[in-house]
Amino acid sequence: MESIMTRRDEVYSPGQLVVAVATVIGTFVALYAGFVLLRDSQLPQIATAIFAIIWGVGGVVLLYYVANNLVEHLPGAWAARLQPYVFVGPALALLAWYLAVPTIRTFVLSLYNRDSSEFVGFQNYQAVFSERIMIEAFRNNLLWLVIGTGLTVSLGLLIAILADRSRFENVAKSMIFLPMAISMVGAGIIWKFVFAPDANIGLLNAAVTGAGGEAQAWLTLVQPWNNLFLILVMVWLQTGYAMVLISAAIKSISDELLEAARVDGANEFTIFFQIIIPNIAGTLLTVTTTVVIFTLKIFDVVMVMTGGQFGTEVIGVRFYREMFTNADAGKASAIAIVLLIAVIPVMIYNLREFSKRRAF
Amino acid sequence: MVKEKRRALILVNLVLFIIVALWTVPTLGLLISSFRERNDISRTGWWTVIPHQGWVATGETRPLPEGQTRDQPITIDGVTATYDQWQAGVDMGNGTQLVWNGNLRRGSLDVYRQQIITNVNFTLDNYGQVLAGREYTIRDVEGNVTTIQGDNLVGAFINSLTVTIPATVIPILIAAFAAYGFAWMNFPGRRILFIIVVALLVVPLQIALVPILRDYVGLQLNGTFLGVWLAHAGFGLPLATYLLYNYISGLPREILESAFIDGASHFTVFFRLILPLSVPALASFAIFQFLWVWNDYLVALIFLGVTNSDMQVLTQRIAAMVGDRGQDWHLLTAAAFVSMVVPIAVFFSLQRFFVRGLMAGSVKG
Repeated sequence: MESIMTRRDEVYSPGQLVVAVATVIGTFVALYAGFVLLRDSQLPQIATAIFAIIWGVGGVVLLYYVANNLVEHLPGAWAARLQPYVFVGPALALLAWYLAVPTIRTFVLSLYNRDSSEFVGFQNYQAVFSERIMIEAFRNNLLWLVIGTGLTVSLGLLIAILADRSRFENVAKSMIFLPMAISMVGAGIIWKFVFAPDANIGLLNAAVTGAGGEAQAWLTLVQPWNNLFLILVMVWLQTGYAMVLISAAIKSISDELLEAARVDGANEFTIFFQIIIPNIAGTLLTVTTTVVIFTLKIFDVVMVMTGGQFGTEVIGVRFYREMFTNADAGKASAIAIVLLIAVIPVMIYNLREFSKRRAF
Repeated sequence: MVKEKRRALILVNLVLFIIVALWTVPTLGLLISSFRERNDISRTGWWTVIPHQGWVATGETRPLPEGQTRDQPITIDGVTATYDQWQAGVDMGNGTQLVWNGNLRRGSLDVYRQQIITNVNFTLDNYGQVLAGREYTIRDVEGNVTTIQGDNLVGAFINSLTVTIPATVIPILIAAFAAYGFAWMNFPGRRILFIIVVALLVVPLQIALVPILRDYVGLQLNGTFLGVWLAHAGFGLPLATYLLYNYISGLPREILESAFIDGASHFTVFFRLILPLSVPALASFAIFQFLWVWNDYLVALIFLGVTNSDMQVLTQRIAAMVGDRGQDWHLLTAAAFVSMVVPIAVFFSLQRFFVRGLMAGSVKG
């Protein structure tokens, strides 16, 4: 794609350039002063909050403005050459600092001991793949991945199909979708309450005792099934997402195609397997990979509901424990790298799809 | 044929209704419980607010028949039961129940009658206690004043807003600039840089936490709002840039060209033309990022820290309450609901944009 050249009427003036440089420096100083003021602020909380929001958002706008102003006052050729970097530069810098470079830095850290003072080679990885608690975490993440993703996608598909035929489609979809807005911490409390061991508190135990059964401590004592109850929380949160995407894909199948199949005498099952499924295969793949990545990183739900105890440890919680509780930067980094390696196939797939899609 | 179709439709609606009920009931239970009194919550389930058959004391009593030894099974009106059974209440078969309230020496039993009852005894005290600051005094019915520990969710709520608003606006602005640059400007490295953006879409943020925390300690950004904003901006940028690029690069070329012919600079075109035209895409991502940051626990936990509780956001505060007050369901339910109010309001008012964002961003990890 060809970019558009702007017509530049301004005449280069060294005096204005000096002013522009001075504004940039002045802005930085002013913003830093704001930062220090905020950090040591003794103001009431609400005033600090408002000041912080204005300072943060306004500061970013101001930085773009003064940087652009500086570039526009450079001699013509330089201005044209540098202006794109005013636009993409900040984004690239943040991406580099927060995501791209850390992959390398974390890998290097994973080869060092707990306080990064001594090179230990692949010892951290050896530990990660042999410790009993890590094996348990891997096993549980596998459960999350298989059962969690399987349930989320199939329930999403089921609800999308049902809702498509119902008059109450919009209401039903909204209610299923609603948990997407709830934090995993909040969801953890909602479901911990449902699973409470006391039959006068927990709905599940009330139902079980009502049916003549015994109340159970679902989250702690019923091992290894307690993992399943945690997984259900994620299914509850994520099914709405699967449903929305799948539902849109189903609606994009042409009515003529479905009508033609029905005229030819195909029953609903044939239509489902021969027409609907092949037509939404792409969407199913997207949804599945997204949920798989989500389950790999699962953290909040387990942290709030069991803290990883009672045989419910997962990789995300292990990472946090190694990083904070055990202050072992080496092992935490090794766990992060394992997570990264797990998503590399998805990354490659995304890149391939992207290069296929357009001549960028 | 028509009859069969109708039957199928009823079945569809029935199954759908059951699923929706299963999805909704847990949240409903939380909401109802958050208004119930502490003692009610521990004694009866929240579902008892629904009208149901139950025994209600009539105020009448019935003396014990004379001449029966009380440590033996006792017969009243032809029904024989032990003291323990009487104490739990015995159904007399005529719509009444007799309950021996009190010890063995008590000479009479209370009469209960079956009625439709509801346990609606709602209160706002739970919210009062979780929202209030550290020290919080209440006056009970007897006029005693007690000081209890509030959970200061108001403070955490303000912190959540302070974190979320800039952490939503800043990455959008930065990403919109970058998307414009990638879409409408030419510079060396443009293609490879954008490919890196796509590659970073699925990188788990755990990869960054150890090195970035070290940087923050060195730069004294740890435990500051700026540090959290930048972290959320960094982690949200790949998706934001990708989504906004898709939208901005699809805007009609003619509009931009005519603006440039009129002598507008890139900067003016961006602010006056591109941003207003991109509102739908900006809104979609804004909702996405807003919900993500508001609901985030991990990033806040690591960069805002656990030591300084004055900086904690709602998710941190509530997760801490689960640890401290694990059995105080009257407080936990109210607290959880406080944290859900804002995202649910955003969700219902802007659902359309949210769905659009989800569809466009389904490559994210």
